[in-house]
Amino acid sequence: MDKNRVVVIGGGIAGIQASLDLADRGYEVHVVEKSPSIGGHMAQLDKTFPTNDCSLCILSPKMISCADHDNVVLHTYSELDSVDGAYPDFKVRIREKARFINTDRCTACGDCIAKCPVKVPSEFEEGLSKRKAIYLPFPQAVPRKVTIDKDHCRMLTKEKCGVCKKICQAGAIDYEQEDRIVELSASAVVVANGFDLMDATSMPQFGLGICKDVITSIQFERILSASGPTNGHLQRPSDATEPRNLGFVQCVGSRDAKTHNYCSSVCCMYATKESILAREHAPDVDIAIFYMDMRATGKGFQEFVSRAKETYGVRYIRSRPAKIQPANGDSGVLMSYETRGLDGESKTEEFDMMVLCPALLPSGDNARLAEMLGVELDDDGFFRTPDLIHPVDTTGRGILVCGFASGPIDIPDSVSQASAVAARAAELIEGGELR
Amino acid sequence: MTRIGVFICHCGHNIASAIDIEKVVEYAKGLPGVAYAGHNLYSCSQEGLGSIKKSIEDNDLDRVVVAACTPRTHEPLFRRACEQAGINKYLFEFVNIREHCSWIHAKEPEAATEKAKKLVAMGVAKAALLEPQEEGESEVVPRTVVIGAGISGLAATASLLEQGIETHLVERGDRVGGLLKDISMVGPEGICSRDLIEALVDDIENSPKAHLHLNSRVKELKGFIGNFDVIITKGDEDLTVKAGAIIVATGAQELQPKGEYGFGEHPAVITQLELERRLGRSGLAAKKIVIVNCTGSRQPGREYCSRICCNASLKNAIRILEANPEAKITILHRDIMSCGTTAEALYREASEKGVRFVRYGLEQKPGISTHGKSIKLKVFDEALDESIDLDADLIVLATPLVSPDDSEETSKLLKVPRDKYGFFLEAHVKLRPVEFATDGVFVCGSARWPVSARESIWQGQAAAAKASIPISEGKVRIEAITAEVDSEKCAACGNCVLACPYEAIEIVDDEGRRAAKVSEAQCKGCGTCVAACHNDAIQQKGFSSRQLGAMIDALARASTEGTQ
Repeated sequence: MDKNRVVVIGGGIAGIQASLDLADRGYEVHVVEKSPSIGGHMAQLDKTFPTNDCSLCILSPKMISCADHDNVVLHTYSELDSVDGAYPDFKVRIREKARFINTDRCTACGDCIAKCPVKVPSEFEEGLSKRKAIYLPFPQAVPRKVTIDKDHCRMLTKEKCGVCKKICQAGAIDYEQEDRIVELSASAVVVANGFDLMDATSMPQFGLGICKDVITSIQFERILSASGPTNGHLQRPSDATEPRNLGFVQCVGSRDAKTHNYCSSVCCMYATKESILAREHAPDVDIAIFYMDMRATGKGFQEFVSRAKETYGVRYIRSRPAKIQPANGDSGVLMSYETRGLDGESKTEEFDMMVLCPALLPSGDNARLAEMLGVELDDDGFFRTPDLIHPVDTTGRGILVCGFASGPIDIPDSVSQASAVAARAAELIEGGELR
Repeated sequence: MTRIGVFICHCGHNIASAIDIEKVVEYAKGLPGVAYAGHNLYSCSQEGLGSIKKSIEDNDLDRVVVAACTPRTHEPLFRRACEQAGINKYLFEFVNIREHCSWIHAKEPEAATEKAKKLVAMGVAKAALLEPQEEGESEVVPRTVVIGAGISGLAATASLLEQGIETHLVERGDRVGGLLKDISMVGPEGICSRDLIEALVDDIENSPKAHLHLNSRVKELKGFIGNFDVIITKGDEDLTVKAGAIIVATGAQELQPKGEYGFGEHPAVITQLELERRLGRSGLAAKKIVIVNCTGSRQPGREYCSRICCNASLKNAIRILEANPEAKITILHRDIMSCGTTAEALYREASEKGVRFVRYGLEQKPGISTHGKSIKLKVFDEALDESIDLDADLIVLATPLVSPDDSEETSKLLKVPRDKYGFFLEAHVKLRPVEFATDGVFVCGSARWPVSARESIWQGQAAAAKASIPISEGKVRIEAITAEVDSEKCAACGNCVLACPYEAIEIVDDEGRRAAKVSEAQCKGCGTCVAACHNDAIQQKGFSSRQLGAMIDALARASTEGTQ
């Protein structure tokens, strides 16, 4: 090996930052990202708290730096097949799933996308709009190469269609393409596979999937985004009108003995941010946040909450809603909740729209990944980091972790953990002066 | 004649929803020196950058103007695209039509479009006069200085040493360990702090590349990334250390809440850190203990949440109960900030072990009355919606971490900014949490914001990673946008020397003629000296009077002649 190599699993902000620092440090980095583009959840966010920086605007330069870096190799639309060996010589097999596209030829001109007859819900837009079966997940996707969704493409499922191949002037469509296996050895492995949003339809009392105007917070990010499905106009799903009032429900499935014990850490702040943004988009909308504890522990967070209350008139109501059900007809919801005090009263309030803040879960891949890597998960399913002096070390030597993979954490902490991972990898690789 | 390419960005709807992009493009095509004008949905996407590079080649462009968002985030990206297409990156000009136009004039599309045209005209006028610049290169001294030997500074030092990098650790006190010296057990894991500190100190003491300076201070910092001179003073002795990077880990201190809840007047009213000391020494005799969270924080004047106090209260409550199951512990709080998995588990455990949680409001803070040794508290319990009385034989005030008394001095010495509470201000709160805006100077631990031991350690390691990058590269490029002195015009008055915040200018004797001289490596290109010069003898590259004058002329022309 000319350069020491590190494999980073996950191309969200934690994985991107770890990769950039490791690559700047002189190591060859291979990023394994399961979706067609790097960027992770941060790419879906409209703004970031507490400065309201445009999320993709601050992320996309990092995405491009990652792709452009001489020391970084991106394996997108890929997964780990196996990891053998041990520190300092891991043998890693990466499966680059077939995109059915010759990526050397594809220019992402968009002709194929325009002509593709199949529409499916867009993952990036959280189902609020449609994409085609041949698609680019979002305009700033890195790499900028289209992907064919083999589960929905008519040619690949029924062998009827072939429109994209006919239209593509670059000759980039390849229906026969197969998965490609890349085998490499690495000195260290970094887990940065982020989180999954809990499916809140599993808690029917909150009305998701029952009331049209109950949506998730990540869907709301897309609604707020100027490049989202409503071009940033605040609209409720049922009739595309601007809501007069809007509620947020915190701790849906988190801090709850029946579902997930832990606190997801970021929901109080992003709900505050989404409230402020909603008021900026629609100055007349009345907003209420239903919460248990308002956890504003970071730099500038408490001031951000005060600004939401004082400047934007957001109502913070300490209460755990009992039930959200349809109001009259298809639109709006009725929310039942209790006010404070021993003899607090039950209240029912009508809202035009309701945003749920579901628990953020360990990635669904964790169990498989932990087994493959031979490391432990904690009781909640996150990667265990038991050594306080080495907070980004898993239970396996040379296997490091950063971002949400080791537990609920916000973006700046993910970024600093990612840099810490680079330090730990460098310590391991540079031979250890001390031990 | 120049061949300027102008690229107007839609930024999706961010710009295009307020500004008529086509009209701006058409207008740009008619501006003097413009050979090409076009537009991109997202100029910063791989497609956008690719199309800029292609246009440079296809149209033989020699200068590039991008009208889009902010140079703070995107200038390096476009400069690199220019370089890749063979244009000196200093022949790139950025015009901000988003933050400076479409976002703030979202409801006035016509006026916004006119303003965008004028901004573009100004950018084009300046671009025509841009000159290529060459960046210097400077060797990096393979050595670091870490200031502060608390847990974060120790972690940074240990990491650097383990990476093989020589490190000087400067501590003003006579022992290492910082705040953790007073804490016997940390975190939900219940790890012994002394073991933690000793493990790190062992690493440091056993390394031939480590230099620990106790009872020492950094007296002066000069230089720039790769080449700092750090003067460390101990007693009467000064030592100059050359270093490539600096890590600031000066920590925080616990607020002493004079006058709050009888603190300083009644011996049974103590701070959380004093509780930690007592728990570490001999355990507690007290049976009825009330912990008051948010004492001195989350209130007017000190609005922030200090992040770690709730978890410390929970940990200590459990610890007291484990030693003495008969103890009655009440935690008065305003919100329990137990974020994440382990902290929330701690909250649950404390509840299950019988800790009583009473929520109070800022409007009705708990009242205290003392009679000899006994203390009574009256608290309005928000959950019950009524007042309750509590007896206590020990009151523990959970106060916030505040910036150290000498943080202003440290900030001036190192020329790094602070926020309104005195904590150091990182380069970007979201994406550059351990970096200062000054290259080569990094920050970690509670010097930046109150953090737990675990967070301090990983931040220390993060700062170590950042510091190790220029050292491993061995060379740094020096930004070419610096000030330049015309020694013919210079009167050697020294105004610029005084004005320069970076001590980058000195008056030198050049063959009998005295004139100001700028050290390019130290100059940050801020332009302060240019404004201070009475004789028009200093110009800043890329921002010369001629270039700025051309922008003003272009604006005047566009305003008088119209932009159609």
